[in-house]
Amino acid sequence: MGAGHHHQLYRQGDSPVHRLPPHCKLVAVLAFAVVVVATPRESFWAFGCYALLLAAVAVVARVPLGHVARRMVIEVPFVAFAVAIPFIGMGERTEVLGLSLSVQGLWAAWNILAKASLGVVASILLAATTEPRMILLGAQRLRLPSLLVQIAMFMLRYLDVIVEEMRRMRVARESRGFVARDVRQIPVIARSAGALFIRSYERGERVHLAMLSRGYNGSLPVIHEISGSGRQWVVALALPVTALAVLGASWW
Amino acid sequence: MHVPDGFFNAATSVSAGVVAAAGVAVCLRGAKRELDDRTAPMAGLVAAFIFAVQMLNFPVAAGTSGHLLGGALAAILVGPYTGVLCMAVVLLVQCVFFADGGVTALGINVLIMGVVTVLVGWGVFRLVTRAVRSRAGVSTGAFLAALVSVPVSALVFSALFAVGGTAPVDAAAVAAAMGGVHVLIGIGEALITTATVGAVLAVRPDLVYGARGLSAPLVLKGADGATSTVAAPAAADRQAAGGVRPFLIGGIGVTLLLAGVVSFFASSDPDGLEAVAEDKGFLGQATDHPLGSWALADYGDVGGVPVGVAGPRRRGHHAGGGGGHRLRRAPQG
Repeated sequence: MGAGHHHQLYRQGDSPVHRLPPHCKLVAVLAFAVVVVATPRESFWAFGCYALLLAAVAVVARVPLGHVARRMVIEVPFVAFAVAIPFIGMGERTEVLGLSLSVQGLWAAWNILAKASLGVVASILLAATTEPRMILLGAQRLRLPSLLVQIAMFMLRYLDVIVEEMRRMRVARESRGFVARDVRQIPVIARSAGALFIRSYERGERVHLAMLSRGYNGSLPVIHEISGSGRQWVVALALPVTALAVLGASWW
Repeated sequence: MHVPDGFFNAATSVSAGVVAAAGVAVCLRGAKRELDDRTAPMAGLVAAFIFAVQMLNFPVAAGTSGHLLGGALAAILVGPYTGVLCMAVVLLVQCVFFADGGVTALGINVLIMGVVTVLVGWGVFRLVTRAVRSRAGVSTGAFLAALVSVPVSALVFSALFAVGGTAPVDAAAVAAAMGGVHVLIGIGEALITTATVGAVLAVRPDLVYGARGLSAPLVLKGADGATSTVAAPAAADRQAAGGVRPFLIGGIGVTLLLAGVVSFFASSDPDGLEAVAEDKGFLGQATDHPLGSWALADYGDVGGVPVGVAGPRRRGHHAGGGGGHRLRRAPQG
């Protein structure tokens, strides 16, 4: 996680959003997601306001729209499912453009699409403005068990290495003419997975021994404490609080 | 496919989160026994491995492909506790960094894809390997563990969906659409898990946690022809002996707890839509919810018993009523 390999998820910057302490941002995103999920699906304009709020955050953080849009592709499988709901949903049906659609299904599809998209965009903005390592330090600050945080940290450190290893194995397979066509190719893929596990595990053992020889005793030293001032908390929580105000207004 | 925000109602998400957190807490203690001081580095590495393996697509049938869930594989390779932790961390990272799976649905995702797949996979695996103590037993166990864990995970998803899903889709209809694909994915998962475990077993049998009790005892022959046997490390055997029962009990406990907790939450306050519906006075016109015939659908007292108590007793209905439908993620990681 040095300067060498940045994750494509994180966009370097020096905006007010980037400067906020990670644990404040985590709390803000979680609270925002809770407010969004708690919003009744009939309040269209409330969802519009939430979208505007997120757009405002993106502008302040100078995260380009294209970046958010590209990352939103992760949602596609669920969009496909949501689109199917009105067709397979039950209850009262209505005619739209000659298609018979379930009214309840349309509501459910809208509900899932709106809430899932808002949640996804909020997460994308969090990841785009906060280094992965800092997010985990923030999570630790929020009392996530330190063992879990450490596992996640090691996972992030190993992730690029292992994915690269797997990519090289894939290149090797494909340069020998391998195409995964049907079930008969499964043994090849499985042997790759087995080899990947052994290589990864042996690498992990070597790294672990190297760490032990450098004084590792089961926990990593904390180099810098992260803390949030009252003002930073106010700035970070402005997002969920505004969303909550919108929700409150929609109940009137 | 990871469950996004808004797919389950708040009560279900919170209850699942509580159960998942409890499961992870138990595993945090157990994992220290499985891996001692290497817990964090090695579990982190296995988590990265599972993440990478989930990117491996395998062909299921013409036109469809699936990818490993990896729960059963993780349980067999590194043990159930570490397996749950790895799956939980993978899902956490996917949720927070990759926006895959909703922040509020993290508990549900960890429960379905982490806790359930590992619990079921490990339970089945131990049952088989206790009956057949050989390398063939390990292969069979791995196959059945992966084969069963995917549909069971789907069943838990449908049970949760029936209790707190926001889409008015008949569980049976979705089961018909997705169930077939899922059984196929289970078979694919089983084939790959078996072959992967076999490949590791062939090269580094000591790395397969589930096969620890199987290594042949070391026999020493002295110069005078006397032989003596060095006992295998006792820890693995003890672990193997007590493996199944806590996990089966744990699984039943999770089910009961979930049923109880969910219905408790459900009974305490109406969901947002209902409240709005009452406000605006259109509750009367609303068509009956498709799951209206469901035992807990109306959240009130069921025959004079508060739903929080009735929940566990009705659990049998949930398991029977929901077909196996589970949503798959897209091919990309």
